Amino acid sequence: MAEPRAVTRRGDARLWLAGGWLLLALLAAIFAPWIAPQDPLAQDLMFERLPPFWMQGSEPGFWLGTDSLGRDLLSRLIYGGRVAFIVAFAAASAACIVGSALGLIAGYFGGWPDRIVSRIVDVWMAFPPVLFAILLVAVFGTGLTSVIIAIAIIDWTRFCRVIRAEAMSQARMDYVENARIAGFGRIGIMLREVLPNVAPAIIALLSLEMGIAVIVEAILSFVNLSISTDDPTWGGIIAEGRLSIHQAWWVLVFPLITLFLTVLSFSQFGEGLKNRFDPVMR
Amino acid sequence: MILQRFFIRLFTMAITLLGVSVVVFVIIRVAPGNPIAMMLPPGATDADIERLRALYGLDKSILQQYGIWLSGVLQGDFGTSISLRQDVLGLVLNRLPATLELSIVALLIALAIGGPLAVIGAREQGTGVEAGIDVANGAALSIPDFLWGLALILLFGVLWPIFEISGRVSPRLDLPFATQFYLFESILRLRFDLTKDLISHMFIPALALALPLAAIISQLLKLSLKEVMTLDYVVLARVKGFSETQVILREALKNAALPALTLIGVQFTFLIGGTVIIERLFSYEGLGNMAIDAVINRDLPLIQGIVLVFALLFVTINLIVDMTYALLNPRLRHG
Amino acid sequence: MSVPCLEISNLSATLANGVRVLRSVSLTVEPGVVTALVGESGAGKSMIGKAVLGVLPPSVKIVEGHIALEGIDLGDLKSKARRVLVGERAALIPQDPLTALNPSRRIGPQMTDRLVHILGWAGDKADRRVRQLLDEVQIRDPDRVMQSYPHELSGGMRQRVLIAAAFAAKPRLIVADEPTTALDVTVQKQILRLIAELQKEHGTAILFVTHDLGVVAKISQNVSVLYAGKVVEQADTPSLFASPQHAYTRALMAATPRYTDPLASLKPVDETVLAGLASEIAAADRDWVAP
Repeated sequence: MAEPRAVTRRGDARLWLAGGWLLLALLAAIFAPWIAPQDPLAQDLMFERLPPFWMQGSEPGFWLGTDSLGRDLLSRLIYGGRVAFIVAFAAASAACIVGSALGLIAGYFGGWPDRIVSRIVDVWMAFPPVLFAILLVAVFGTGLTSVIIAIAIIDWTRFCRVIRAEAMSQARMDYVENARIAGFGRIGIMLREVLPNVAPAIIALLSLEMGIAVIVEAILSFVNLSISTDDPTWGGIIAEGRLSIHQAWWVLVFPLITLFLTVLSFSQFGEGLKNRFDPVMR
Repeated sequence: MILQRFFIRLFTMAITLLGVSVVVFVIIRVAPGNPIAMMLPPGATDADIERLRALYGLDKSILQQYGIWLSGVLQGDFGTSISLRQDVLGLVLNRLPATLELSIVALLIALAIGGPLAVIGAREQGTGVEAGIDVANGAALSIPDFLWGLALILLFGVLWPIFEISGRVSPRLDLPFATQFYLFESILRLRFDLTKDLISHMFIPALALALPLAAIISQLLKLSLKEVMTLDYVVLARVKGFSETQVILREALKNAALPALTLIGVQFTFLIGGTVIIERLFSYEGLGNMAIDAVINRDLPLIQGIVLVFALLFVTINLIVDMTYALLNPRLRHG
Repeated sequence: MSVPCLEISNLSATLANGVRVLRSVSLTVEPGVVTALVGESGAGKSMIGKAVLGVLPPSVKIVEGHIALEGIDLGDLKSKARRVLVGERAALIPQDPLTALNPSRRIGPQMTDRLVHILGWAGDKADRRVRQLLDEVQIRDPDRVMQSYPHELSGGMRQRVLIAAAFAAKPRLIVADEPTTALDVTVQKQILRLIAELQKEHGTAILFVTHDLGVVAKISQNVSVLYAGKVVEQADTPSLFASPQHAYTRALMAATPRYTDPLASLKPVDETVLAGLASEIAAADRDWVAP
């Protein structure tokens, strides 16, 4: 059969391209002090708003140009990846653990646990998420931990809703019935029989959520409510770029491309993993 | 039966709103910042601060404060903004129309892009055209409105500046409007010069909001159409001699749109949630932009009011979608 | 001799992976005659009906052969002309009356829309015609039925509606795709009798697709027996039942339930018959070169 193989190959290419970009960006962020050509914080008014390397007036060593304070854009992007990836991993994992646990319980047990969880999710869905995040960071005070907690608080419902629905349909399957007849306890069945079947959905969502966390962090930085130190963040660079858009477009273009690729890669990587590990698809 | 469904939904709506008000009330009172201190000039005495705290009711326990606020809200009194020193309800109602117009224009754009793509994709299923639509949907879905907004600013604000990228209306214009629904009113008053100016400001932010929704509409509706198109009554319509496009529009679309409708309704509330940051990005004077200012200024009454209005908007949309679903579904209508 | 109502010659179709699902099928339906197409499920009998009407699933491709409707080769026509021609001269009585009516539209417009939009009749003329047909299928309250939504009618009522709609535009040919399979046994008989009566009255040719030899005996004048997309026997109905020529036909008859001898119907098709069929199919495929 020619067709399924073609699908797999396309899925694999997607997985490798997305994974490749994420690995590259992650390694650059980890080894930033050795890779970045300049100090990301060093201001030099002599070198303000230098264009990228291929344009007239660029300076060697400032590959992607500089911002309005003369800071090197490439170095700031590389260092900005640190905050982005820390937030992505920490916030998405926290949201995943809380949301999946509640979703699994609600979906598998039904009854009053389901009713309570569903009500809370309803309340959460009635908040505009960005405003909720901004509000939470304002309340907790700016800083890396607040940003991570805020994102976990607003986005656990994404996991909860999907996992609840999955667990619900799994709970009705015959194999769950068989396990009960065989004498397994409810929690044992949930962890042993239901969880592995919803795992591909969790993995895909986790990767997707990392991309979303990167965006929310960028939005928080953009409204100047993120980690509130001088450390560069992608959202902070974008905010500067938005202000000097007519004088130095590159300050907006490069972080934007970085964000596009990263967010797209996270979602495609998740989809790819899901297809690869889905027991039915495999 | 529909009436009964309506009242059940109304009841859960009220509970949801109550939940929202409790959550936001608790959250903002955990805030360490002292909003009163920011309002007073430097050198104010502790007595001054206490007096103001009492004036805004901040000296009472949280439970008492909530009781006072809730009974006020039920009588239409949302309190007074601390930073703007105006009635919260008035402020919110003044900004809400701008946000509603933006959201509705975005929804129309999303329908105008997503609907035809779904029909084309369903008609051309299995071809390169459908694959192309799928790829475009995937990309548009993965990229959130914030990034689309920035990309569109670069595209239509800098590279090819044909649209405005800041504000709601050109400041030099005289506005003869009686309401805040500038766009709708300009059309009703046949002042198309103003309509053009408003659209020129609104188009890019609305498009940024619309793209992810357009992708969702196109994807869901296409899936739903393809499913419906294998059913016997569609085959029968083909045998009758109708063209594939006629078959989709006459027979399949309505039945396919119904299941997609509920999901699209939820996605529309996400779109409205997105206006918060998009308005900020485009300096568009709507509710979301004011909300961010309120958070930054720790304007507790204003934050509460705005969040509650957003929540009310969301649950109302869900109610409308649910009722539309019930009314359009002949099985529910007659069952 | 007159032009046959439907003439299929040497029709072959394959799936995307090249597997043949129709193997050089030829059959003729004379005007006003009921021709049955009988075979087990998966034999490709519905596929032939769909090929005639131009509604094959996208995965099935016709690779050779001709289908002529009243002497006009459908393969020669552009897709729009073909669509309109089939719409004018042919109709379908579908298998499952529960899914063959659009749940969100009233019965009336669903019955008249071909008359109005494809044949260009005036609305009131189409309305009268449909009422007349509803009367012929013994629906006592045509006004109420035409105002109804499909879910408000029983399965038998819906099948009557679909039969009336199929005959309404005075087609020369009707493809009846197992029209009684989805119905209760008691309703089956009424529906079958109804189709037979309308067919006689209107003189319509019918290609009657079924797996049920009992139905074949009741309704058809000619039969084609299909196995794995290949016609194994063609005859007029009385002689087929009197002296079946092909071993498979005999096996099929032996497998048909009879009240007088219920155990006889439990006989599966004999192994040797199946082996013979397999080699016949293999031989046909060996000689066949994909065009």
